[in-house]
Amino acid sequence: MTALLELNEVHARYGPVKALHGISLSVGEGEIAAVLGANGAGKTTTLRAISNTVEREGEVLLAGNALRGGPESVARLGVAHVPEGRGTFAELTVWENLRLGAYTRSGSLRDDFTRIGTYFPWLQERKHQQAGTLSGGEQQMLALARAFMQRPRLLLLDEPSLGLAPLLVTEVFRIIKELNESEGVTVLVVEQNAHIALQLAQAVYVLEVGRVALSGPSAELREHESIRRSYLGY
Amino acid sequence: MAELARRLPIPERLLPARPVLLVLVAACIFLTVGSSISTLFAQLTVAGVASGVVFGSLGLALVLIYRATEVINFAQGEMAMACVYFAYQLMLWGLSYWAAFFSTLAIAFVFGVVIQQVVIRPVQHRSVIAVVIVTVGLFILIDGLVEWKWGANQRFMPAPFGNQVYRLGGVPVARQQIGTIVIVLVCVLALWAFFRFTKVGLGMRAGALRPEAARLVGVRTNALLAVGWGLAAVLGAVAGLMTEPSQYVLSPTLMQPVLLYAFAAAVLGGLESPGGALVGGIALGVFLNLIGQYWTFVGSVLQLPVAFAALLLVLLVKPTGLFGHRSVRKV
Repeated sequence: MTALLELNEVHARYGPVKALHGISLSVGEGEIAAVLGANGAGKTTTLRAISNTVEREGEVLLAGNALRGGPESVARLGVAHVPEGRGTFAELTVWENLRLGAYTRSGSLRDDFTRIGTYFPWLQERKHQQAGTLSGGEQQMLALARAFMQRPRLLLLDEPSLGLAPLLVTEVFRIIKELNESEGVTVLVVEQNAHIALQLAQAVYVLEVGRVALSGPSAELREHESIRRSYLGY
Repeated sequence: MAELARRLPIPERLLPARPVLLVLVAACIFLTVGSSISTLFAQLTVAGVASGVVFGSLGLALVLIYRATEVINFAQGEMAMACVYFAYQLMLWGLSYWAAFFSTLAIAFVFGVVIQQVVIRPVQHRSVIAVVIVTVGLFILIDGLVEWKWGANQRFMPAPFGNQVYRLGGVPVARQQIGTIVIVLVCVLALWAFFRFTKVGLGMRAGALRPEAARLVGVRTNALLAVGWGLAAVLGAVAGLMTEPSQYVLSPTLMQPVLLYAFAAAVLGGLESPGGALVGGIALGVFLNLIGQYWTFVGSVLQLPVAFAALLLVLLVKPTGLFGHRSVRKV
């Protein structure tokens, strides 16, 4: 399997505070990879280093090419980043949010909207509703749908389970899996909920204070009791 | 209110609060009844609307920039005044009025873009105060440059609509007034459609709401900020070109009183609301005209202080302006 995304010795800092101390990871084409770790381990910063919204050093490659330029350029290269807090525009309508998802593309959006309808049937009738009036779960779905409108090669998800009821979490992850399988989108997901992330992902990276403490196929990590206890806490 | 918003094809956030809506409806009824009783009243109302849309247009320019950069552009009026001089110069070179008018709009757009890129962008990421001071400096700079190039003497420019006066149901209405109202409303509608239906317009709205999130979906916020300044300059140019004939002369101080009224209109409307700026401008224009005529104590000299006293009263009752919403943001 060829690597779609590769990070080599990536350092990142917020002003004087270093958040990543040389992270290396790679995500294969069509794969789902998960980044786990405690609060402050650098999970979100890893995603921000990829979309270049944090001061970073080191190599970030997408399909072998260095990702340069600001987040708007990274988005144009086919990376959809759903940030913490979902990045939906509460003041805009559902439809306008979806149009923004397709901002980097030209041409008609009708086909994509119909295809989105197969994953999120309720979006059709809520098209003109203000996004801020949706429930938390619906907003998370909208964020996914918006990212999908971008037709990304790589989808970066920052804690999609945050603030959702357990049933909704299962639902959101089911849709992520489906998007990955039937649309071929490569996914890098950051999660606190190690249990569900291990079920979803093929490869897992565990971060500890800005370093990769542990990595491997998720099946392997699931089996090792001691690893699970000490790093994943369940 | 939510019910009304659902029935009309407008998002609820665009409607003012219920008491404000009632006051606006009452004001409209008052004006209609007054106009049907007295010809003079009707005439003053139409003239008030004509000057009001000009305040609203410049106020809208202020709102555009305020929404995108959270800064009041004190140079907006002087930029508009400079544009009127550009038009004047084009006409001296032999262009017809309308050729000069549309060329000026194009020049104004470029003018706004250049100002944002050259003067504002370097200080953009500093404090709001820094940007405000730069716009004040810009005010003085443009004023000085115009005086240096064209002199401080008054100039004369052909009026676009002539001096013809129509009688609509016995009410004399100047062609100039109708022309002004139509031109400004067409510009505002075009702008609304641009923001509502085009991708770039949507990107600009997203960039103003949440720049970080907008960049993540690929919006080039920096370039679009410049476009925003360009559009604001175009609106200002329209306001300037429509002000000039009603003042009959062109001088470097042309837009200074208009800018004050535009501030008032924008604040009255809620500073965040484009529609509010226009409604605020019209309300102010009509109010000033009527009060100047019927309250002889005010006359034409005290119009500005009275306007601001009224503004103060409105803000005491509703601090966010007519169309403003208290900004509540979930963190």
